[in-house]
Amino acid sequence: MSADATTVTAGDAALLRVEHLTIRFGGLIAVDDLSFAAQDREITALIGPNGAGKTTVFNCLTGFYKPSVGRFVLNLADGPRYLERMEGFDIARAGVARTFQNIRLFTGMSVLENLLAAQHNKLMRASFFALAGLLNLRSYRRAEAEAVELARYWLDRIGLSDRADINAGNLPYGDQRRLEIARAMCIEPVLLCLDEPAAGLNVRESAELNALLAYIRDEHRIALLLIEHDMSVVMEISDHVVVLDYGKQISAGSPAEVRKDPAVIRAYLGEEEDAELPPIIEKDLGEGS
Amino acid sequence: MAVTTLPAQRTLDVPAVLKECGLAAFVAFALAAPMVGLETLPLTGGLGINTRFGAVAYAAVLVFFGRLGFALLRAGYPVPVLIASLVFAAVLISLLLTGADQILPFKSLILNWFIALLAVVITVRAAWALHRPTAEMAARERENVMDRVGIAVLRGARWLGPLAIAVAIALPFLPFADRRFLDLAILVMTYVMLGWGLNIVVGLAGLLDLGYVAFYAVGAYSFALLALHFDLGFWVSLPLAGLMAAGAGVLLGFPVLRLRGDYLAIVTLGFGEMIRIILVNWYSFTNGPDGLSGIPRPSFFGFPFTRRPAEGTMSFHQLFDVDFASIQRIIFLYYVILVLALVTNMFTLRLRKLPLGRAWEALREDEVACRSLGINPTNTKLTAFGIGAMFAGIAGSFFATRQGFISPESFTFIESAIILSIVVLGGMGSQIGVVVAAILLIGMPEWFRELGQFRMLAFGAGMVLIMIWRPRGLLAHRDPTIRLNRDGDFEAPG
Ligand SMILES: Nc1ncnc2c1ncn2[C@@H]1O[C@H](COP(=O)(O)OP(=O)(O)OP(=O)(O)O)[C@@H](O)[C@H]1O
Ligand SMILES: [Mg+2]
Repeated sequence: MSADATTVTAGDAALLRVEHLTIRFGGLIAVDDLSFAAQDREITALIGPNGAGKTTVFNCLTGFYKPSVGRFVLNLADGPRYLERMEGFDIARAGVARTFQNIRLFTGMSVLENLLAAQHNKLMRASFFALAGLLNLRSYRRAEAEAVELARYWLDRIGLSDRADINAGNLPYGDQRRLEIARAMCIEPVLLCLDEPAAGLNVRESAELNALLAYIRDEHRIALLLIEHDMSVVMEISDHVVVLDYGKQISAGSPAEVRKDPAVIRAYLGEEEDAELPPIIEKDLGEGS
Repeated sequence: MAVTTLPAQRTLDVPAVLKECGLAAFVAFALAAPMVGLETLPLTGGLGINTRFGAVAYAAVLVFFGRLGFALLRAGYPVPVLIASLVFAAVLISLLLTGADQILPFKSLILNWFIALLAVVITVRAAWALHRPTAEMAARERENVMDRVGIAVLRGARWLGPLAIAVAIALPFLPFADRRFLDLAILVMTYVMLGWGLNIVVGLAGLLDLGYVAFYAVGAYSFALLALHFDLGFWVSLPLAGLMAAGAGVLLGFPVLRLRGDYLAIVTLGFGEMIRIILVNWYSFTNGPDGLSGIPRPSFFGFPFTRRPAEGTMSFHQLFDVDFASIQRIIFLYYVILVLALVTNMFTLRLRKLPLGRAWEALREDEVACRSLGINPTNTKLTAFGIGAMFAGIAGSFFATRQGFISPESFTFIESAIILSIVVLGGMGSQIGVVVAAILLIGMPEWFRELGQFRMLAFGAGMVLIMIWRPRGLLAHRDPTIRLNRDGDFEAPG
């Protein structure tokens, strides 16, 4: 199998290295010995059929689950971070931002407030944990103005500047998706993880999203990790594709290579004579328990 | 006619309407028969029972016709409703005004006025229905109207706030402000402060705290013990008690804040009771159920409110060279709690606009998203819990010094429930809502003492009505803490 042949060859220079990641839920192996790397200034796509374990990888990477086996290495300028040992909020502070498959905005707060909440740590430091803010010192006011400027920058990018003061929950779906990306970018990450950002978008919105993601990669020079079902998005903008099926990596490479890989075609189109039933049974058991 | 609005549909399904009205009347009868119909009388050698079935029948008939009125309005027949309710209201009010209300089955004046008010409400709605052919004001429309009220209040807060403060400052010198009124005002103001404090925890951070009274108790006892054992004055003990309550908040919060929603509510409820039970049982320290007495009264920055001060000291009336009057102390207490409450309010309003306050609100909205943005949920919740507890502690100190005596009995669960009701009823997170709700919940029941044993019943009915009518609280409308577009219009609610 090609998955076995894949080793951690991506080099030590990679921003994020996922090494031998295994995640078990009871008897269910949601992710099985997965290794890949995400490079700076590249969009790495993580694709696979429903239930392949893509979201689980994200949840583990951002600290919501702990891996059963394996580790995440984030190579920052001042040394590597081992994310599996860190709390979720510390992982975000280290520069890993994410969006959610089912959007998680602060729906009762305004669009601008969503973007300011993302700059919480920076502003807390500037306000000396609310003290300078209570006294309304100039240093805090300056920090807040800067935070608003950053928010305005991203609002201009996603075309929501004129609706910055309405509740995030009142935005149309497509705008909410983009706002969530903007919010993630406001923590000024080194790695942005997007869970199906194109889900539910129409063709025009989807094209806008492609442009936005390419912009983030090229102008902000960060790494993007993208889960996506929409193949037009994946094929058009990703630089590297990792294909998962039942938690296992079945293929990896450039979009063009992956598209031609028979293993991928089999996973997506299904194959009647496929004898590999055990993972399915295991999965059902896992869910039943 | 243009079809912008639905024309009134005249569909009167007589049997259905009668069934509906009959059912409502039956429910009213079933409720009223035991509660209103039977009255226990203390007789020599036992209890006697007085039956008042006339009043029960009257209540059922009133409910029947009231319901019929609404049903007819809904079906698009405003004219008969208008005439009937107008006549009824006119008769009732003229009876009440001429003092001939003795012939009515209900003897309570307030109850009769309340019924008259309901009749007026139906009249107004009938008139409204005539004016606007849409059969019924849709629930959504009503929500919008109340939202607009909420927005108007918020908008008006710029002048409404200072106006309210001005009224509050002038209050002790208004002609009707006697001792009883001022005592009530102090009580209401204490609850306003407690409501504002709890609003940080429940309204902003979204942590359902059912044991808030624990911190009120910690503040009161800290104050009393500090003052009694270390002979510290009011102005020294007050902040210390606040800090101790905040410490208690952080201490209690640390283990429980990992829990969410209902679980947190249950555990805080338990902690509230635990504190009270400790106060009852730790006799050597807290004097148990006997309570602590002789808590020093506040002085006017060192000048006591006494007729004859101790040798070598000067009392308040000597300082200002006025006659001694006991009301001076009450007025002073009133101003102390006013200032404390206003400080709480300004602190909260300011914090809401700071990253900490925004993080509280973000946590209330979505804890998972907060984590993914680098916000430490536990620490952030702890600050909310601690700051909320601090204000409860300060209010507790004030309570202790005002009463001069405290015992665990003052800190039962019902207090937590009342404070929480004030916050929820006012509209979570709304500062002015808390004031309105505190006046309604604390002030009204005092004024409605005439209702006697039905006072708490009326209280409960009022709460249910408000929750049906406005589930998000009276003045629930949130305004962004910061705007990008300065001239930003208020968005259409919805
Ligand atoms: N907390 C959990 N407990 C138990 N099983 C889980 C848990 N989270 C995920 N799983 C299981 O792990 C498997 C992978 O789920 P995951 O959500 O990662 O799939 P996915 O690739 O994101 O699918 P989709 O494309 O539908 O979003 C599924 O079988 C799911 O039921
Ligand atoms: Mg998923």
